[in-house]
Amino acid sequence: MRRALAITLGLVLAVGASLAGPGTAQAQKEIVIGIQCDRTGATQTVGVYICPGAHDYIKLVNFRGGVEGHKIKAIEIDHEYKVPQAMEAYERHKKEGAVSIFLYGTPQTQALTAKLTEDRIPGTSPGFGTAAAADGTKYPFIFPIAATYWSQGAAAVKFAKDQLGGSLKGKKIAFIYFDNPAGREPLPVLEDLAQVEGFQLKTFAVPPPGIEMGAQVLDIAQRFRADFVIAHLFGRSPSVSIKELKRAGYPLRKVVSFVWGSAEADIEAAGGWAVAEGYNTMQFAGVGPNYPVLNEIREMYKKEGKEPPKEMASTVYYNRGVLIAALHVEAIRNALKAKPGGNITGADVKAGFEKIKGFTMGGLVPPLEISATDHEGGGWVQIFQVKGGKFEKQTDWFKSYPEVIAKHVKAAK
Amino acid sequence: MIHRESGILKTTYEADMALYPLPIARWTVAAIALFMFLVLPLSVDDYYLSIVNLISIAVIGALGLNILVGYTGQISIGHGAFMSVGAYTAANLAVRFGMPFWIALPAGGLMAALVGAVVGIPSLRIKGLYLAIATLAGQLIIEWTINHVTWISGGVQASIQVPRPDLFGLPIATQRQMYFFLLVFVVLAVVGTLNLIRSRIGRAFIAIRDHDIAAEIIGIDIFRYKLLAFAVSSFYAGVTGVLYTYYLGIANYEQFQITVSIDYLAMIIIGGLGSVLGSIFGAIFVTLLPIVIRLTMESFGDLLFSPGAVLNTIPNLRLILFGVLIIFFLVVEPEGLNRLWRNIRSYFRVWPFAY
Repeated sequence: MRRALAITLGLVLAVGASLAGPGTAQAQKEIVIGIQCDRTGATQTVGVYICPGAHDYIKLVNFRGGVEGHKIKAIEIDHEYKVPQAMEAYERHKKEGAVSIFLYGTPQTQALTAKLTEDRIPGTSPGFGTAAAADGTKYPFIFPIAATYWSQGAAAVKFAKDQLGGSLKGKKIAFIYFDNPAGREPLPVLEDLAQVEGFQLKTFAVPPPGIEMGAQVLDIAQRFRADFVIAHLFGRSPSVSIKELKRAGYPLRKVVSFVWGSAEADIEAAGGWAVAEGYNTMQFAGVGPNYPVLNEIREMYKKEGKEPPKEMASTVYYNRGVLIAALHVEAIRNALKAKPGGNITGADVKAGFEKIKGFTMGGLVPPLEISATDHEGGGWVQIFQVKGGKFEKQTDWFKSYPEVIAKHVKAAK
Repeated sequence: MIHRESGILKTTYEADMALYPLPIARWTVAAIALFMFLVLPLSVDDYYLSIVNLISIAVIGALGLNILVGYTGQISIGHGAFMSVGAYTAANLAVRFGMPFWIALPAGGLMAALVGAVVGIPSLRIKGLYLAIATLAGQLIIEWTINHVTWISGGVQASIQVPRPDLFGLPIATQRQMYFFLLVFVVLAVVGTLNLIRSRIGRAFIAIRDHDIAAEIIGIDIFRYKLLAFAVSSFYAGVTGVLYTYYLGIANYEQFQITVSIDYLAMIIIGGLGSVLGSIFGAIFVTLLPIVIRLTMESFGDLLFSPGAVLNTIPNLRLILFGVLIIFFLVVEPEGLNRLWRNIRSYFRVWPFAY
């Protein structure tokens, strides 16, 4: 008992010491970015690549002398894909003086929207979050900066149309989706497009955790006999869908997946590149190891005498991390240009985001045009196909049905 | 709480049931109130208050679950869902009808109480693990319903943005304002539970927990009190859900999934079943531990690992440490932190004469 007491007291002391520990003053003129991450929660397969990508880009910026002479400090907090933890992480970032926040996860983004607006700190939600946030007048401090689920849905329909010979009249399209709010978000846009293009849309819900979808796939392939399949799945389920579609004998070149079922890890988990041959993936960042910025990161590690990190092998997620960090840095650069001296606030960085235009990093970033009204920047995507053991580019950057998306964005509450 | 009488010298029932057994108890409570209402909010910054706010919400939920599990001996794995019932009720009332929080909040609690009582009906026929599975079914049904019925969930996104609560025209938005807002409900919940337990109802709950057949024989209406326990407990859960909703500004079913039910069970088991103080300890422990581990590792992690590795190690090590510490505390004292606290007190009561 006495020993237990001693240990308890020791722990209490340790707790006290650690509470007093952090939060020490930052060196002057350092600019802080908050990174929320999920390396251990429901979507850890994404977080373990996307976050190192972001850190490496910021490291590269600092290695080259910072932004307009200011170093950037990225503080990462893992929120396990949980909302209360995300709130705690946000308060911590705010305390450290973050001028922009790299959000992660749809429910987390929604929960922090009100706070970010009140505190006037911009947050980015690339490829997730609320699609209606593309409207910068309604959501002034949320920046989707990449194609929302609505734009992804429109792009998938456009791609299907091109693949099926330019017309969708009387065709049958199956939409297989993860049955959670994020999974259902594209439904209204797809239903609208079914009217516009005259195709028959049938939806197939996959209940969480999404590793059981034999029945739905069999229905798609043999009863409904879809002409094209649009898949919107998360976590382990994209790989299961590839396996099941293959087993049902459905041609994978007639399948296109949204951005979160499109990584190397999904292909490998499905049984390898040979199995997934033909599978089409949608991307909001360039895929592959051959972009100038990636070479610079490799060189930086070489100069430090280190190997480039193994996370670089997952080019889909790593490149997305680089893209998101690069856009944050670019927004900060714009803010610093407008207000030299380094005393920038969240509102300045928001204005900086709204000036991003023609920043393509050699093709890694789409030709975004972010403005005060359009926080999505156009809704650009690229389609890459699995071919001969790697992702091969199928289309260039394209945006689809902007008038339909605009109508939905406008109608959203 | 931190004091102790020097012997059992009570001669009346009133003295035995008193909320403050000794005059010093009154002073302790006054000191704690002073600390919570003045010293703490004036001395720390928003970040630490945001942690305290998360703890405050968790305390109310843990108290509610403890009434059911700790005091009445029934189990529920559906409390996450009861919270979502409260959250969506309040969100719909606040958004569709513009109700202020002082109507939406009790309404959310009452709706959760109603749903909880219905989910609790199987408790009349089954106990223990069987009841656990029945309430688990309740959790899944409620989750599914909220997820799919857009009339409740407000659209395919299943999330409703809720305006900030306001009091006499003053919006409650910052962490500090939110702290006082939540503290009022924590006080109500703690005092309410303390009084509930020493009342006729609370004693009936305890009798049912200790032996339900014996309780029935001495005249306790099992049917009524078991359902009442479910209703009261779910009311607390519903209020917790409403407070989460107002705190985050959004009702979202993804934050009330089954892992939340498990988290709250963990809180009361670690804190101590059947004790108010234990619920508070458990809520603090489960909320604070991950944060403390992270802050500690951020401070000292650089000594052991490279910066890149720290980022990858912290979250994983935190999960492992969290599990290890829970096991450690339960091995040291299976009856929870509350018992540990009482052991420490009784140790110092006779100190330095241990025998």
